[in-house]
Amino acid sequence: MQRVIKILFFAFIVKPIVFIILGLNIQNRQKLPLEGGAVIAANHNSHLDTMVIISLYPLSKIHKIRPVAAADYFMKNKFISWISINCIGIIPLDRTGASSLEELFKECHQALDDGDILILFPEGSRGVPEKMSRFKKGLYYLLKDKKQIPVTPIAMQGLGNSLPKGEALFVPFNCNVNIGDIINIPNSSKEFNDQLKNFFDNQIAIK
Amino acid sequence: MFDIEQNSLYAMIGVFIILLISTFIYLYKESRHKEIDYTELKLRIKSWWWMIGIVFISLSVSLNTAIIFFAFLSFLALKEFVSIVSMRHVDRRAIFWIYLSIPLQYYWISIEWYGMFIIFIPVYLFLLIPIRLVILGETSGFINSVSILHWSAMLTVFSISHIAYLLILPVQNVLAGSIGPVLFLLFMTQFNDVSQYVFGKLFGKNKIIPKVSPNKTWEGFIGGVVTVTLLSGFVAPFLTSLDMMQGFMAGFIISIFGFFGDVVISSVKRDIKIKDTGTLIPGHGGILDRLDSLLYTAPVFFHFLYHMKY
Repeated sequence: MQRVIKILFFAFIVKPIVFIILGLNIQNRQKLPLEGGAVIAANHNSHLDTMVIISLYPLSKIHKIRPVAAADYFMKNKFISWISINCIGIIPLDRTGASSLEELFKECHQALDDGDILILFPEGSRGVPEKMSRFKKGLYYLLKDKKQIPVTPIAMQGLGNSLPKGEALFVPFNCNVNIGDIINIPNSSKEFNDQLKNFFDNQIAIK
Repeated sequence: MFDIEQNSLYAMIGVFIILLISTFIYLYKESRHKEIDYTELKLRIKSWWWMIGIVFISLSVSLNTAIIFFAFLSFLALKEFVSIVSMRHVDRRAIFWIYLSIPLQYYWISIEWYGMFIIFIPVYLFLLIPIRLVILGETSGFINSVSILHWSAMLTVFSISHIAYLLILPVQNVLAGSIGPVLFLLFMTQFNDVSQYVFGKLFGKNKIIPKVSPNKTWEGFIGGVVTVTLLSGFVAPFLTSLDMMQGFMAGFIISIFGFFGDVVISSVKRDIKIKDTGTLIPGHGGILDRLDSLLYTAPVFFHFLYHMKY
């Protein structure tokens, strides 16, 4: 049932918005991971980020694409949490720090074992429009014991102008999407974040 | 629905024949020279089929479909323009108002309100854009933003909407119908692009404007102007209410201004150091890469026809 709701939601609402109203310029589409378990690490500027990444996939695959999202935001009331779970298929993540690492990542690890593709935003929050924030370390700790999982970075540009944090007015802009080479998990979070930063700095600076 | 007048129907069939011939030439070349990569050419021709198919269908179904189609074209062109130029973040709110001007501008066309159609963008939107920016209160970069926004509205909304107004001019050539002049404008503009390119490839030697467009030559330019001027003289009486002499003149201004539309958009791309304005049309680039010459030919051809005949 969830799968049907998600397919309908993306076929009739999200994909038309993403491809007709916004419009994407996609580079290196062939690098998009098609098989899970895999992780996509993207920059975060807007709620549209998740929608754009999921829309890159065909409808037959979208139920395997699971954004990892803040529980305090996306589960805050019944309506938003129903949409988040059924239409988008998020994996809620507790940002309060109350749960242990193992408990925190339980659902993500389960999804990776099931062959899902997780979307994570290493910046943690949408932040200032069209500016990169510092990367958090969560992604590294999530995959520390699962180094075989490939991480694909995706840089998006333009969505922070279309629908930035804290604004309700949606203004269409083309979005540039660039998919990077797989990053293998190194031995420290610093090394990992440096590699990520290297990719995003090269992409975002082009503007 | 689908009641296309005789001459316009012949013109559409003619375009399909040209397209079929080009497709066969491509297939022949590809089978003869297996070692050469023709992917780019293949994409180009494939996109031509799509573009011509979509344009012809929207023109054939009904007048309103055609007007909505050109409004959508304005939307795509405006979006591409504001996406490639560097704007301040606050400008998004003024850009929103330009988007809103599109349905209004095309609404004036659909109710045949010429007076409003012709001043709405250059007067009312022109005055409104700075007002919106003043209310936002960000003065640093104000002049720059106002200029970019106004120019984008003129190019993508005002210019393109002239094609739609051609559709609702009272029909004078009954055999061509209301879509005849639009087919004439679109065909001559695109044919001018192609002939300038072909003549440039064949005889090109002397660069015409090397700083902007190193591939453009005097030979290509003149070849295009002569071809399109001559052809227009013969096609205009068939698709429009112009006679042969006026057809020559129409072809002449279409080829001259088509060239300038092309190099103006090229200059925009040079300025922001990009090769194509987008990736919407495979093998061609963005929508502005295809519409560039039309942004100039649409208003000048419209007013030429309007002053000659209305």
